[in-house]
Amino acid sequence: MSTGLRIRFSKQGKIRFTSHRDVARIWERVLRRAELPIAYTEGYSPRPKLSFGLALSTGYESHGEYLDVALRDALGGVELNELPRRLASVLPEGIEVQAVVDLQAGATSLQQAVTSCTWHIEVGPALPSAVAHAMAGALAAPELVVTRQRKGRSVTDDVRPAILSAEVLGGTTIEAELATQPRGLRPAEFLAAIDPTWRAGRVTRINQWTQVGGARREVIDLPPAATPPPHAEVRAS
Amino acid sequence: MVSVWTQLEPHLADVEKPARYIGLELGAQRPEHRPGRVSWLLTYPDTYEIGLPNQGLQILYEILNERDDAEAERAYAPWGDLEAVMRRERIPLFSVDTHRAAGDFDVLAFNLSAELTYTNLLNCIDLAGVPVRAAERRPQHPLIAAGGHCTYNPEPLADFLDFVVVGDGEEVVSEITAVLADWKASGRSEGSRTGMLRELTRVEGVYVPSMYEVDYDGPAIRAIRPRYPDVPERVEKRTIADLAAWPYPRNQLVPLTEVVHDRLNVEVFRGCTRGCRFCQAGMITRPVRERPAEQVRTMVSEGLRRTGYDEVALTSLSTADFSGIESVVQGIVDDPSTCGQVSVSLPSLRVDAFTVGIAAQIQKARRTGLTFAPEAGTWRMRQIINKLIREEDLYGAVTSAFSQGWRRVKLYFLTGLPSETDEDTLGIYELARNCVEIGRTYTKGVSVKASVGGFVPKPFTPFQWFGQNTVEELYRKIGLLRDAARRSKGLQLTWHDPRATLAEGLASRGDRRLGPVIEQVWRRGGTFQEWSEHFRLELWLEAMADHGLELDWYVYRHRTEAEVLPWDHISAGLHKDFLWQDWQDALAEVGLPDCRWTPCYDCGACTGYSIEHVVASAVAPAGGSQGTGQDLSTGHLPGTSVPVELRSRRLVAAGS
Repeated sequence: MSTGLRIRFSKQGKIRFTSHRDVARIWERVLRRAELPIAYTEGYSPRPKLSFGLALSTGYESHGEYLDVALRDALGGVELNELPRRLASVLPEGIEVQAVVDLQAGATSLQQAVTSCTWHIEVGPALPSAVAHAMAGALAAPELVVTRQRKGRSVTDDVRPAILSAEVLGGTTIEAELATQPRGLRPAEFLAAIDPTWRAGRVTRINQWTQVGGARREVIDLPPAATPPPHAEVRAS
Repeated sequence: MVSVWTQLEPHLADVEKPARYIGLELGAQRPEHRPGRVSWLLTYPDTYEIGLPNQGLQILYEILNERDDAEAERAYAPWGDLEAVMRRERIPLFSVDTHRAAGDFDVLAFNLSAELTYTNLLNCIDLAGVPVRAAERRPQHPLIAAGGHCTYNPEPLADFLDFVVVGDGEEVVSEITAVLADWKASGRSEGSRTGMLRELTRVEGVYVPSMYEVDYDGPAIRAIRPRYPDVPERVEKRTIADLAAWPYPRNQLVPLTEVVHDRLNVEVFRGCTRGCRFCQAGMITRPVRERPAEQVRTMVSEGLRRTGYDEVALTSLSTADFSGIESVVQGIVDDPSTCGQVSVSLPSLRVDAFTVGIAAQIQKARRTGLTFAPEAGTWRMRQIINKLIREEDLYGAVTSAFSQGWRRVKLYFLTGLPSETDEDTLGIYELARNCVEIGRTYTKGVSVKASVGGFVPKPFTPFQWFGQNTVEELYRKIGLLRDAARRSKGLQLTWHDPRATLAEGLASRGDRRLGPVIEQVWRRGGTFQEWSEHFRLELWLEAMADHGLELDWYVYRHRTEAEVLPWDHISAGLHKDFLWQDWQDALAEVGLPDCRWTPCYDCGACTGYSIEHVVASAVAPAGGSQGTGQDLSTGHLPGTSVPVELRSRRLVAAGS
């Protein structure tokens, strides 16, 4: 039985400077503007029942963000594939719905389902040759021990297992697949682990991956036509 | 014109809340700039979060963009972290709509709602790359203008503003645009700026400070005179007669990031005749002009559908006074299209059980807190300020609130009011404590918060002649209250910083000689003075001393009837002798009922402009407090007094 919707959307351009909380608020209003039969929480302050996947840092772009929306009624006459267009008319510039699917009862939550993300990370002040060299060195080592802040405490651990793959695409842009569990690694932490002087320039989340029967799959696959050409911007430069 | 976005973008990841600088709100416009049009940059001289919801700015934004001869964008003061980047990287102040440089606009028009933003105004002019002093501007520089409640005394900013709008802006912006369009068409030649400004003085409601001369007699003002015979001696405020003709904003901005008052706002009436003597807004916005109930309903339902907000505020200076408020509110709550998820908020609630009844009707779900503003602690004091709330009205309201499920009540008070004694001050504690006691009978987790602000006398009120309390005196009074409140569980006392009250008082009733003081405070880094963590009294005191000006003269002394006030050449429609009589009535502890439903006192606001109150109901609202159809022989309930030891000390009678 369908209990709701799972929406895949992109966040690009100026709007990337909104925070995760901002995006949640934007969606609440957007869903009301679209007049969808969204479900509300009970209690003193009823809120739309929305659940977001992994937070995207303020300033990062994404080709694949996710949102689960609980519905109180069936969509009633609206086809799923009409929804992206309907939402487009009420969404702010820079957020685009790429796909909407039925959310089955008992579906694994986004936070649990996603095991890794692929990122494009532009390295701040660094020479392309230096980036390639440092990357190769860091990845060849058996472990990559860093000290980082977690919940206000300094924690020292080996982040190498969280780097599932990493390669230089061209220039100073790195494509990296970083684990989100059991212990996640953020793009900025990834850079710091390789070279503490590096800073993240433009950062884009390209995919969020789940494990289905031992194979890696996107949370919602996009039809081929809608997939952004692989690394088009980066390779062109 | 060039966008500064590409310069700005690389730095946004390094500043706090960068979403404040990106625009893209629902309702935002990106007007095409054409040479023949007059371009306005409507600027709020405080942060985006405070400035975005400003309704006045949004109304003008729409009206100007609907015109063929105008285009309007918006700007807000950048926070300190971004300002540092902008100064380092030479990025000028910019519009959030298209990120155009402020210096490329024809007019930078500021909304002035608070005196402590004056230094931010100078900072914004400077960030725009424009000389802060009007006299130093060249033909290519934008005109610097201001509107909003503070411009009823524009004198402290006279050196910096090219022109000022006094009163409602809906009509006058178009008339100003026409004058500026002609000037642009004529080529803005060297020397033409003065002629254009002189032309602007013909537009009713526009004040051009440079066209007036002030004669001093020692610290006093001898006279304020126009420099030319064709410049009016007094500038009359503008008043729109019919709010129904201006259903704005039609497309309220919906921000992408958190701001204050983040909800749909629908103005239900403008003006107020309750006659609270401390309240500048109630005096300068007369007469009362209600929006037709049907238009309110349409603006609410269309606004909710368009914006996706789940909260609407019906705004005015006293919303429970709107004719037929109950049925309007019921209509919103019962509207099937909102699925019962919309909450209505009524800012500026009157204090009575009737009002709480309306609140109960609309806040079925979220009964978290209710706010009332009795303003003063004793009936005597409330008669002096003409806020005729009897104790039984307040206790009735509070009983009604706690019995219907509210657990938190917030009470607003002023201290430092005319002829206030310690008994009056401690009356604040007494009222608040009694509210806690009432709450205890209904709920264990009762919380009453009393918020106390130092009173600042404002121009065009009966208290404009009153000498403000000193910082020390305000601290002493707050100390009395704090000592008393310590004994009471469930009562929280918060207060406004008396030092900020002093600076506000300085700017509120200052004259042109304060210009250099404001400039010096700004030059020494005193921006965001509204923000307690940035407020620096020492900058103000130093600047006053450096310019040989006395706090006592500007803030603390009582004024006399004969004195020329710095704003005497501005008219809010109110007769000066009406205000003086009201001041005398205040000192005699005489209250004055609302003139909406009783005979006229000839304050001047209606008769002077041949307009009238627009009020749908011929009778006062049922059960309303504040003197409409009530027995006002006493507002004090015997038996509710609290055994606190009072140290009565009547201050020197004001005005003597």
